[in-house]
Amino acid sequence: MSSGRRRSTLVGLIGSLAVVAIVGFVLNLFGLRANTLIETALLAMTPLALAAVGECVNEKAGVINIGLEGTFLISAVSGVFWAEVLGSGVGGLLFGALTGAIIGLILGVLSVYGRAQQIIAGMGLNILGLGLVPFLLLAIWAFPGIHIFPGELTVPRFPVPTPVGPMSISPVTLIAIGTVVLHVVLYRTLIGLRIRAAGEKPEAIDVLGVKVDRVRLATGVLGGALAGLGGAFMPLAWFGGLVREITAGRGFIALAAVVFAGLQPTLALAAAFIFGFSEALAFTIAVTPGVKEVVPFHFVQMLPYLVTLAALAVAVGGKQFPLALGKPYVRE
Amino acid sequence: MSLRRARLLAADLGQSTVALGLGFLIGALLMIVFGYDPVKAYPALLRGGFGSSFAVLESLAFSTPLMLTAVTFAVGVRGGLFNIGAEGQMYVGAIGAVAVGGALTMPPGLHLAAATGAAMLFGAALSVPAALLKMFRGVHEVVSTIMLNFVALWLVTYLVTYQLGDPSRAERAIPAQLTARYSVLGGTLTAAFFVAVAFAVITFVFLWHTRIGYEVRLVGNNPETARYAGISARKTALVSFVVGGLAAGLTGATQILGRPPSWTLFATMGPVRTLGFEGIGVALIARNHPLAAIVTAIFYGGLQNGGRLMEYEAAVPTELVTAINGILIIALAVPSVVGLIRRRRA
Repeated sequence: MSSGRRRSTLVGLIGSLAVVAIVGFVLNLFGLRANTLIETALLAMTPLALAAVGECVNEKAGVINIGLEGTFLISAVSGVFWAEVLGSGVGGLLFGALTGAIIGLILGVLSVYGRAQQIIAGMGLNILGLGLVPFLLLAIWAFPGIHIFPGELTVPRFPVPTPVGPMSISPVTLIAIGTVVLHVVLYRTLIGLRIRAAGEKPEAIDVLGVKVDRVRLATGVLGGALAGLGGAFMPLAWFGGLVREITAGRGFIALAAVVFAGLQPTLALAAAFIFGFSEALAFTIAVTPGVKEVVPFHFVQMLPYLVTLAALAVAVGGKQFPLALGKPYVRE
Repeated sequence: MSLRRARLLAADLGQSTVALGLGFLIGALLMIVFGYDPVKAYPALLRGGFGSSFAVLESLAFSTPLMLTAVTFAVGVRGGLFNIGAEGQMYVGAIGAVAVGGALTMPPGLHLAAATGAAMLFGAALSVPAALLKMFRGVHEVVSTIMLNFVALWLVTYLVTYQLGDPSRAERAIPAQLTARYSVLGGTLTAAFFVAVAFAVITFVFLWHTRIGYEVRLVGNNPETARYAGISARKTALVSFVVGGLAAGLTGATQILGRPPSWTLFATMGPVRTLGFEGIGVALIARNHPLAAIVTAIFYGGLQNGGRLMEYEAAVPTELVTAINGILIIALAVPSVVGLIRRRRA
């Protein structure tokens, strides 16, 4: 089992690198620079990776939160609001993460103690976000649909020299990549063992005196905080502004990454990079002279969603999900 | 009706009422936090929705698409699926209605029927990939339908902008021709309302009074039993996706062929945007029952309609209604809110 997992992780990582290399080569033929493409891919990967890795841990503990899109939306607004209040973009990111954590806690309480139907609660969260964002844009900034905040609140990126040319990388991207630590926590530590047991056989750790409800609440809060950071990242460290459709389904693409990865954080990170890369590719094609005239912009925009669908169609079969996933734990 | 069924119904009604109360309560808190006056806003919301016969007619117009997208979600849940693809299926349905109702010329009567039928088929066609992915690759329908929603969004935006664009108005598609419009009954209410009600009733008959409908419900209720009974879960998944797709496609038709004043689709997806998602809340309040969905759609349509008066009189952005819908759905996901409080104490 463990060696098989390691092998599939390796295949996933090498495979995604190979895809990137091939696409980079083809783009080079069109005279495109790989560094800007990868720079955009890393930005696009960041919210997906944060939310997906957090949700992997959450689902390992047996709780599904499909409300990542709603968490993204609400944290994006909250992050910008607090960034303006505090006069600090980093402060906004932290409050975005805090907002996500609170959302994760509320949803966790409803799932763990309220025995909520988790998919429906998550969907409600998404629809709440759908209505709350335009409401808040008007209620806070009195302007419909869009808000541009002062440029100095944007969290700066730092330049990094790479073999393919200079890139600028956001510190949040490093955090996103750093979540790979959670893979080690999940598979190599006692805490990780308890999290996995809470999802597979909650009654077993209950007998040992571990509180299943607290484990599940904690993973819910962690997952929410990571998704919240991803949500605040979009306006504060990527787009430099807030629009009502800012998330563009990324919460669901992150969910797809979770499913694609079979709940393994490393694979989820790889999937987030593939999906982020396809988004970056779409951006790039849409502005490339010689290509943009031939392929309509609208079809290019479909690319990330089609890639996600294709990846799921290829990869889903045979994945093992926790036995108690989505089931509330009730002590007998 | 037996005592047990009456009890269950009472419990359902009770929970829907508690959820509604919670939704409005949190909505009021949101208003207070952001400096609006709920005491001014809520009466305006209700008066705007149901305060006069004209308001009621408008509310019925608002309810037409909602009862159909609610049927899409309800048929899915009855079959054990969370089909949240009504949004995209509605987009392609709307463009189907534009293509046949606006771009083609046909005799009256036939034209309206053909445009409506095309919309339904388009909607069903977009539901099929999600069904196939579910049936043969085990891809969860929540993710696949959302991805298809975005594919549909860009495809339809492209068609509105180029192939089916209105030559005189760049931001929208060609309007439905006079021969392809439902007759106006008053305000923006058209005969499309009755088509929607009829579809909900037919869906009810299909689910509760046909063999295949029974199989769909059995798979949704008890997949194990259904498997032992030899019912193919693949077949019922396809059926419930296609019925849902037909309903969502019809939603598109009602908004293009049956909603003055524009009679067409805009590149921003007005006048259909978010109706697919809002139908989920309508279905859940109705406990995923197609007939109850008619009633809850009229109620929620009234809120949407009244939202405009609320915005006018109390300056509260009408999107608050959508946010309240989200809170409602979350509250309805919890089997017993009362139980939640009790368990916390224990």
